[in-house]
Amino acid sequence: MRIMAQVCMVMNIDKCIGCHTCSVTCKQTWTNRPGTEYVYFNNVETKPGLGYPARYEDQEQWKGGWELDRKGRLRLRGGSRLRRLASIFYNPDLPTIDEYHDPFTYDYDRLITAPAGTKSPSVSARSALTGRDMVPSWGANWEDDLAGAPARALHDPNIEAMSEKVKLDFESVFMFYLPRICEHCLNPSCVASCPSGAMYKREEDGIVLVDQDRCRGWRFCVSGCPYKKVYFNHRTGKAEKCTLCFPRIEAGLPTICSETCPGRLRYLGLMLYDADAVMAAAATPDAEDLYEAQRDVFLDPNDPEVAAAAEAQGIPHDWVVAAQRSPTYALIMRHRVALPLHPEYRTMPMVWYIPPLSPVADAATAVGYEENADVIFGAIDTLRIPLEYLANLFTAGRISPVRDALRRLALVRTVMRANQLGQHPDVDLSDVGLTEDDAEDLFRLLAIARYEDRYVIPPAHAEQAGRLLAQHAQTGCSLDTDGGPGMGGTEDDGSGVESFHLNRRDSDDVAVAGRDATGRLHLLVNETPATGGAL
Amino acid sequence: MSGTQGITGFQLLWWVILPYLALTTFVIGHVWRYRYDQFGWTSRSTELQEKKLLKWGSPIFHYATFGAIAGHVIGILIPESWTHAVGIPENYYHWFSAAAGTAAAVGIVVGIGFLAYRRLFVPRVRATTSAVDWLTLILLAIVIALGIAETVGVNLLGSAYDYRQSVALWFRGLFVANPDVRAIANAPLLYQVHATAAWAILIVWPFSRLVHAWSYPVWYLWRPFVVYRSRVAAHPNEPGTSGRRWRSIGTRY
Repeated sequence: MRIMAQVCMVMNIDKCIGCHTCSVTCKQTWTNRPGTEYVYFNNVETKPGLGYPARYEDQEQWKGGWELDRKGRLRLRGGSRLRRLASIFYNPDLPTIDEYHDPFTYDYDRLITAPAGTKSPSVSARSALTGRDMVPSWGANWEDDLAGAPARALHDPNIEAMSEKVKLDFESVFMFYLPRICEHCLNPSCVASCPSGAMYKREEDGIVLVDQDRCRGWRFCVSGCPYKKVYFNHRTGKAEKCTLCFPRIEAGLPTICSETCPGRLRYLGLMLYDADAVMAAAATPDAEDLYEAQRDVFLDPNDPEVAAAAEAQGIPHDWVVAAQRSPTYALIMRHRVALPLHPEYRTMPMVWYIPPLSPVADAATAVGYEENADVIFGAIDTLRIPLEYLANLFTAGRISPVRDALRRLALVRTVMRANQLGQHPDVDLSDVGLTEDDAEDLFRLLAIARYEDRYVIPPAHAEQAGRLLAQHAQTGCSLDTDGGPGMGGTEDDGSGVESFHLNRRDSDDVAVAGRDATGRLHLLVNETPATGGAL
Repeated sequence: MSGTQGITGFQLLWWVILPYLALTTFVIGHVWRYRYDQFGWTSRSTELQEKKLLKWGSPIFHYATFGAIAGHVIGILIPESWTHAVGIPENYYHWFSAAAGTAAAVGIVVGIGFLAYRRLFVPRVRATTSAVDWLTLILLAIVIALGIAETVGVNLLGSAYDYRQSVALWFRGLFVANPDVRAIANAPLLYQVHATAAWAILIVWPFSRLVHAWSYPVWYLWRPFVVYRSRVAAHPNEPGTSGRRWRSIGTRY
């Protein structure tokens, strides 16, 4: 057993209002520079929809991720290593910029310098690739709130894979938002596809990065990633991807997308896993079993044997403690409400999702909260968002884990609501495998969602700081372009990490009791505004 | 040097000093670029911008170029006496080189037709082209056009000039510090310009996108699939002295 630690994210889709703040702050931080105009390390898609890039989930076309050969062995869907070297001059599986979008800006100068007159000056979109006028026809957020859905949404690969017919007429239409970043997979097919060996997974925290100095622009990582979360910088000719904001993670801070999420829907925590078991789990014969197979790879940090073995294998003590407190471990393993995105790609993704419950809650409200569990369960099965659709996203088509997760969420809601109102509903948490403590824990994590509970990130170790800086120097140079965020040099290298620590939130706003004499929880009491050194 | 009698100063400059300058620039330029511009060292693919034409142009051009390079190795680097020694008569060699060379030439012409079209007339691709790229492409076009004229025009259809008795002697001589200047100086003008443009390409090579040729990742065949990197101990660079001290070359921006 080889124990490794990985920073893992869980997103609670139920809370996502599709405001794109994560995309905007991510873009401002990482990709606001020439060559990456079309790049969104973080994007928010409206589902159902084609996604970004268009139909990226159709692996028959794009050949991303892994598959099993006839003997059940894992292999890259994009073909053998030899095939990759032979097709290095033309990668047949690479999307073009049109699948993303031709990045455009406007000739704002024309507005400002327009002479006085009776007509309002207008400008047309101007391509950042060619500098010529263009007509935008697709984009990262083209389908926001089901825009164009009647024409396009039925071509969503997750809908095409459904057995029942989906209607998108106004009365029965459904939608939710899916924020996506790099999955920082345990079995990353982008890393395996990179012929130059420029992509790597960090041993300490599992973050997948591109070494900008070793990338030679062969672009197989772009086609190898089934989530299409590796991008080709069209100016530098190098691949770039979500870094999980590693300079922040190393300082114990959440990623910028998490930090700025107004809905507080993101969770960051450590997962301990058995690296020796990853390949076997990824080669699980039935794709529908992959969700459970990946759960089996995770180790219980509260198991004294695991904790001891982890420390014996060099994982620092405070990291093991952080793993024990990990909100992602709680949501994935203990409460089983978080599910992986497209486990059938066999990359063992590490950004998981709590499926959307809200339409169910509406249905449950309609029938009244005093009803018994059967009513709520019945509402879930006739959910406006079809369970099969969610299952195609999160469990390779198996409905039971999605249904169970939604049942847990629904019952926790019912029970906590009843507690607040002093009622006694006819529901039994043990029906869904939860205890009272579990329900309160879920309530604390999902409803209260305090900063300290959502983000349990152990800082990288101080004695490693010098080494980490050396790593920054390697990857940091990609930002050192004209107009890039790295422009302006590295004179502050020595103190950069320190200042992050200075900005860490004090933990004195942790202590919130929120229980009155009756022992009931009060939402409003707990809702103290987040204080402390905001960044 | 095998007899400097009858060699003009210009010939010495053009056929001895220039080649050595080119080779020196080639070697030192690569060392410098590799050490200081890893970030600019890339194949600079434009497949993201345009892939329908690239699908045909790029593989055909590259594989045909491999054929042309192999042809140069056989024809220029391997002495005629060696092929005679293993029993290959001159006219056998001639017809083989003319036929295989013509096949490579056709491939290169077709490939470069696609590539030149997209480079010139697809705005997205054209916009990525830097000054170094244009220089490289023009030099390549000259070398290729003359090379095709030699292979097809002279060897296949024409009077079949035996460059192995002249150009090859001079070229190989450069590497043993004994170039036969008179051999190249008396060669047809076609071959002289071809050789000169080739030296120019070697001079430009380390500073252009052509460096990607050395990065063909053969070792990928034996590498473990998933690469892990640890935070290995390394001294951080002194502030202000790390990384690139020059702007990258071959990329426009």
